[in-house]
Amino acid sequence: MYNFTYSNPEMLSDAEHLLGTGESPTLLAGGQTLLPTLKLRLAQHSSLVDLGRIVALKGIVAEGSCLRIGAMTTHWEVASSATVAAAIPALSQLAGMIGDPQVRHRGTIGGSVANNDPSADYPAGCLGLGATIHTNRRDISADDFFVGMFETALENGEIITALSFPVPEVATYVKYPNPASRYALVGVMVSKGVSGIRVAVTGAGNAGVFRDTAIEAALQKNFVADAVPESGVSEDTLMSDMHAAADYRKHLIAVMARRAVAAATS
Amino acid sequence: MTELLVGKSMKRKEDQRLLTGRGRYVDDIRRPGESHAYFVRSPHAHAEIRSVKKDAALASPGVLGVFTGKDIQRDNWGSIPCGWVVTDRYGKPHKAVPHYALTPDKARYVGDHVAVVVAETYAQARDAAELIEIDYHELPPVIDLATAMSGAQIHDLAPQNLCYDWELGEQAEIDAVFARAHHVASLDLVNNRLAPSPMEPRAALAEYDPAQESYTLWSTSQNPHMLRWMLSENVSGIPETKLRVISPDVGGGFGMKIYCYPEETTCLWLSKQVGRPVRWTGDRSESFLADAHGRDHRTRVELALDDKGIFLGLKVDTVANMGAYLSNYATSIPTYFYATLLAGCYKTPVIHCDVKAVFTNTSPVDAYRGAGRPEAAYLIERIIDVAAMEMGVDPIELRRRNFIKPADFPYQTPVHLIYDIGDYDASLDEALRMIDYAGFPARKAESKSRGKLRGIGVACYIEACGVAPSQLIGKMGAGAGLWESAQVRFNVTGTAFVLTGTHGHGQGHETTFGQIVADMFGIPIEHVELVHGDTSQVPMGMGTYGSRSLAVGGSAIVRAAEKVIAKGHKIAAHMLEAAENDVEYARGWYSVPGTNRKVKLTDVAKKAYIPVDYPVGLEPGLDETAFYDPANFTYPAGAHIAEVEIDPETGTLKIVDWVAVDDFGKVINPMIVEGQIHGGLAQGIGQAILENVVYDSETGQLLSGSFMDYAMPRADDFPNFKVGYTETPCTHNPLGAKGAGEAGAIASPPALINAISNALGIRHIDMPATPQRIWRAARAAGAADAQKE
Repeated sequence: MYNFTYSNPEMLSDAEHLLGTGESPTLLAGGQTLLPTLKLRLAQHSSLVDLGRIVALKGIVAEGSCLRIGAMTTHWEVASSATVAAAIPALSQLAGMIGDPQVRHRGTIGGSVANNDPSADYPAGCLGLGATIHTNRRDISADDFFVGMFETALENGEIITALSFPVPEVATYVKYPNPASRYALVGVMVSKGVSGIRVAVTGAGNAGVFRDTAIEAALQKNFVADAVPESGVSEDTLMSDMHAAADYRKHLIAVMARRAVAAATS
Repeated sequence: MTELLVGKSMKRKEDQRLLTGRGRYVDDIRRPGESHAYFVRSPHAHAEIRSVKKDAALASPGVLGVFTGKDIQRDNWGSIPCGWVVTDRYGKPHKAVPHYALTPDKARYVGDHVAVVVAETYAQARDAAELIEIDYHELPPVIDLATAMSGAQIHDLAPQNLCYDWELGEQAEIDAVFARAHHVASLDLVNNRLAPSPMEPRAALAEYDPAQESYTLWSTSQNPHMLRWMLSENVSGIPETKLRVISPDVGGGFGMKIYCYPEETTCLWLSKQVGRPVRWTGDRSESFLADAHGRDHRTRVELALDDKGIFLGLKVDTVANMGAYLSNYATSIPTYFYATLLAGCYKTPVIHCDVKAVFTNTSPVDAYRGAGRPEAAYLIERIIDVAAMEMGVDPIELRRRNFIKPADFPYQTPVHLIYDIGDYDASLDEALRMIDYAGFPARKAESKSRGKLRGIGVACYIEACGVAPSQLIGKMGAGAGLWESAQVRFNVTGTAFVLTGTHGHGQGHETTFGQIVADMFGIPIEHVELVHGDTSQVPMGMGTYGSRSLAVGGSAIVRAAEKVIAKGHKIAAHMLEAAENDVEYARGWYSVPGTNRKVKLTDVAKKAYIPVDYPVGLEPGLDETAFYDPANFTYPAGAHIAEVEIDPETGTLKIVDWVAVDDFGKVINPMIVEGQIHGGLAQGIGQAILENVVYDSETGQLLSGSFMDYAMPRADDFPNFKVGYTETPCTHNPLGAKGAGEAGAIASPPALINAISNALGIRHIDMPATPQRIWRAARAAGAADAQKE
């Protein structure tokens, strides 16, 4: 770890100010990726602005047909929330599959979404449920938010404050874990609701999370497991590494989607 | 009289300390004025070191010094040795390439030690290390084992990167056998490279005392005396009298912590150089890069059978990876701990093995839990299943037809070893019973009804443990005898110290050895204190590895305790006013049969230290030392059966049942032994389906450099293991014990791969059998389609 200054303001406005100060400031929103990266000296920041004390960034509220989750809500809080379980059980289920208990108690939904790890679960949750990402400046739809591997639409100084999820008719998240890291080798969120039919895939794409339009189109006609075709994406756009080649990942997309639909319709 | 403890599942004495955070590891030890070392490691797999600019680093805050291999060489410190000379097929010794603590000329793997910074704090040392400018001239790296011999030469001493080309058996003899075979089964297989990954990374702390001109090295070593010996004789020239090595609590070793490493060697040198204690504690990244790895063989195996399925001959051709340098015992693992086990449990009359050991630009490879024996068991138990499949014979039946039977012992194998005792059918019978082998077809049908493929796999393993009879291994090239020493020192008040040259780093020696001694002396186990891991306290020792601690170290303790009892006999006779021959000893009491006269051993001990009324001419004190050199290896053996269920759609494997039936001879503490089996199984199953060290074949970068990519097994990867025992006591040591540490890691890879192959109906799948590999195999076999029909 290199030296950095640390602050943990109580007000969002103070965090905004601190984020505009110094050479290379960054936000600490749970730190389950950032801290290991710092420890390995793979990243260097002049300052860390910890959002952990800002009460306004926490909490889960059901607002009509929408579920609003504060950015600094931990995975454990989402996984164990009765409100989430009642509105979108698929989201509880997804949050409960992230990392291990230690990670779930420290990691936050805002931190995960801002990091946009190509194998993380929440990006599939957001895209697959048609979420809106609220920041201190604007609202961004999940379709516009996830730009590429570890890249989002967030601008300098922009802070995620909350996420809103429209409550779907049905939704399920199915994940095939990487045997080593237990991140998603392929994770698929399937939902049907006001945002239409959405099939979002994490863990597989070279550019991070994406929607599998071929599977969506097939499900549009007939929302049953047997209707799920092979993934429509080209293998060239999928990751190949020591754990899984692109063709295996592509195969798993369809299998996971099929299982998700089966669970959603059972 | 106290209850006998041997054979009881006593809770471990050491666990109160270890499980409540009161263990004392190298990194817990603090010395006044200590400084911190940080190693600059090569980012390249193969590169000449043209220059090292230290100026900026030396000017960095807190820095006490920056050193390279050339600095250490100026003090005439030598190469870290390889202690086992393997003589090749032409009668020449292996290529003993130099291995300096800091490489002075060339970096030979990613993570190789190029320079070291010493500073007041770890962070300062690390900061300064980034300021060192090293001019590397990159050379083509040699990574793939299959093509290593045609790659760029890594060491001047080793053309074609060949360490040795070694042969066991007669070529003409094996050729003749194969010429008349009814059937030949053959298989190409890979024994994958593993990163041992104990919970505690390696660490060292070295201190120089200028007044005594002596050094103390705290190390995470499995054998501190051997480390002292090598550092003294081969590396530093520091007399053994001026070098104390201490291994305190150590958090797991699995073989990887046997060796003398560059980091601790460098810290030792630095401690005098900078005049301060010098500490290094490795982090997990450094462990992956620079701990000795295990296994890494490519092998072609062929089994010749007659028309009745009787084995006629076994032919094995192996290329073994040594890595970039020779770790201390690297040469012996793919030869004398591998080829000598190729008979397995079977009466194969002719065996031929060729081993080419090659250098590559990867971390050094040496013994890892099982060390050579897992590689042997894997290929034997795999080729038998292949032969059974090809000949249409039941794999259980094929094994039984070829087993060495109880009446055959002692059994001389064609590969040096003489097995003393065993009953392989007994273990197999028990394992088949425990897993309900007869019920398997019904379970398979039930799985099929759910679209799943069920498979069952058996492995009957044998291992040579109780390492090792000195004369035998001496003939094989070992540079040391592998006896063990023990000292039993009674105190005035009736408690006893037991000093052993073995070292416990998770095995529960304090308990197991305590049970033996408590029983022999009739004293509470709390009155027995084990002392190990300090060269200044324990007379001499050969450490812990090769499932040797109980069979060899425990036997030495028995011998020393017997000496104590024998001397006590003389004192007791005096106290009882009886002739020595009239006195009998049993569990803490000397008595004169037929009378009520008796005296406790503890009172005898007191008398020995207060020898006022004492036998004439007898030395005071009750403190005896014994050295025990085993007459033979011990031969634990057994049968493991794995039952698996595969989802052909994803390649997901579920181990649904596991039975381990082992013959370890006499068991002292069944709970500890069961723990050993579980741990060994975890590591063996890890090898079979999860773990794999992967280097980029172009650049030599370590791709599996963290637990994000190196798949360590977790509890939910395993079923509840069912453990059973059969017992044929070892014939040649006083405990009848054979050793239990490595069995699980030896038996499990073939059992599991046999089960997976059985489920898929295929000849073979390489380790690790990951979901991707299983999915591909299932698709290729058309198994998935068959399920849909």
